[in-house]
Amino acid sequence: MPDAPPAFRAPLPSDPASWDMAASERLANAAVAGEVLADLADADDRIVVLTADLKFSNRTVDFERRHPRRFLNVGIAEQHMVTMAAGMATFGYVPYVATFASFVGLLCAEQLRTDLAYPGLPVRVLAHHAGISLGFYGTSHHATEDLGLLRAMANMTVICPCDAASTERALRTTVDHDGPIYFRLGRGREPDVHAPGAPAFEVGRLATLRDGGDLAIVANGVTVAPALAAAEQLATEGVEATVLDAHTIRPFDAETLCAVAARSGRLLVAEEHNVVGGLASACADALVDGGVGGVRLARAGMPPDEYALIGPPTHLYRHYGLDADGLAARARALLDR
Amino acid sequence: MPGNRTTDPAAPAALAAGAAGAAPAPLEQIRRRAAIVRNETLRLIEVAKSGHYTSVFSAAELLAALYSGVLRLADDPEWPDRDRLVLSKGHVAVGVYPLLAEHGYIPAELLDQYTRLGNPLGDHPDMRRVPGIDFSSGSLGHGLSIGVGMAQAARMRGYGSRIWVLLGDQELNEGQIWEAAQAAGHFGLGNLVAIVDRNQMGLDGLTEDVMTVEPIGDRFRAFGWRVVELDGHDPAAVWETLTAVPATDTTTPTCLVAHTVKGKGIGYMELSRTWHLGYLAPPDATDAARELEGFHA
Repeated sequence: MPDAPPAFRAPLPSDPASWDMAASERLANAAVAGEVLADLADADDRIVVLTADLKFSNRTVDFERRHPRRFLNVGIAEQHMVTMAAGMATFGYVPYVATFASFVGLLCAEQLRTDLAYPGLPVRVLAHHAGISLGFYGTSHHATEDLGLLRAMANMTVICPCDAASTERALRTTVDHDGPIYFRLGRGREPDVHAPGAPAFEVGRLATLRDGGDLAIVANGVTVAPALAAAEQLATEGVEATVLDAHTIRPFDAETLCAVAARSGRLLVAEEHNVVGGLASACADALVDGGVGGVRLARAGMPPDEYALIGPPTHLYRHYGLDADGLAARARALLDR
Repeated sequence: MPGNRTTDPAAPAALAAGAAGAAPAPLEQIRRRAAIVRNETLRLIEVAKSGHYTSVFSAAELLAALYSGVLRLADDPEWPDRDRLVLSKGHVAVGVYPLLAEHGYIPAELLDQYTRLGNPLGDHPDMRRVPGIDFSSGSLGHGLSIGVGMAQAARMRGYGSRIWVLLGDQELNEGQIWEAAQAAGHFGLGNLVAIVDRNQMGLDGLTEDVMTVEPIGDRFRAFGWRVVELDGHDPAAVWETLTAVPATDTTTPTCLVAHTVKGKGIGYMELSRTWHLGYLAPPDATDAARELEGFHA
């Protein structure tokens, strides 16, 4: 394994984005999927939405209000939901199934493989509250292994948008995509990285958010905003970092990754996932397969042999070095500074 | 969906209750096709050198009837308005392929190379490789959920399709079956028919010794289904029951519990635990074919 994860650091009491309902409400509302799908469904009668007794948590209720006849609540029966959606897809529907990432990416892994990926059906999974974003709800509600499972599924596309604008663009861009898509979403209150109406979302391409020659930070989902903030910190110290938004994990843009990594030879990967099997592994695969030697790779994420402590999500991010300070520290270590 | 228990007003008035309608029972055809199912299963498993003889033999008359006018099909296997058959007990596929060939959906020559490298026909069916297969299956417990999705979609689309799901009996141990059963009752899917091949056995022995599945009828009734029991080896009973299911615009799903015998047709295979998966070497296969000849005579 590369550099050791950082030692325990107490959360900052003034953390503005703590798991505090009032503070949380002030963040951008990225739980846009329901509204976006309702907009798309106005002009596309193939779109149906299913959820498993979580329509308020995932805001699919916003879809139900506008298209009640195309909304199906299956109750707490996630495996049935995924398979039922596959049956609907054979009639030309494009079903979106939504529930917590832990209960679809992990509990339904075999249904995702056998009923969606194997026949290549256009079912979209909205796996929300991914990673450790449910904080003190505990490990049963965390999904830190789903990317590892999904990356190994033939026919599967895996997209992990970082904010409301990306989520909206990802949904709009992929309506006509032929096979299944796993959208790995946060808890819906992520800070905005992109302005609304930002440039088109290109599935399967790494997006360069910032350019610098000293190291590259690869992030996705909830780690993109702190990666950018860490780069700002480093810039004040004379260190210039490239920041890549790896919103598409599968297929993975190995070509861009290799080119960027070869430039500085220093790669920091930040992900809300176990450091085994997810984004860091995708990067490592790309480097080895691409014959790019001599790159130092640091993995920021959940340690390989740990389940998360109990705590508010933002405190956990800080504890596991996934906030701006933690990522900046890992970057300095990677540069021997 | 609001008013889940009511019929979708967008659905058309009742289409034909089955392709058969009031046609006379094609009992000879059912017998002939049941013989094809068993004989061809013997022959194809000889090619594969391993297969599920007994799970096919219990379902032979059911499959024969389905493909003798119960299923509403057209020459085009992709006809949108057709009935669907989901083989939730996917290991019955070897008995279905010969019927698909007879129906003209696949070339008969494909059967000769069953399971050989690159052939589309495997022990479990693949919808992307085999025309006439409505869903890929093999992982038990999924098929009824597929059927619920298809039945809901057919209703929303306004199709007259009826969705048939062939279930194994030991398969009813799978929890997802009951997730699907409750949904079918809740959504009021009268266009969904589950057929339980009640052949009394799982892989390890009698269902009631391995893990109880009874009372099957009461279990389905508890989820809002209508249940009919029948002798799954009597062509007349099978025809009569399968063509008497309610119209597709009704709101109660139907479960047909077909009482059958695992391995039916070959004496030493009947209710024999050791024959769930097996292979008959050529001399034994010849003997078995002779026994089947007597059985179907």
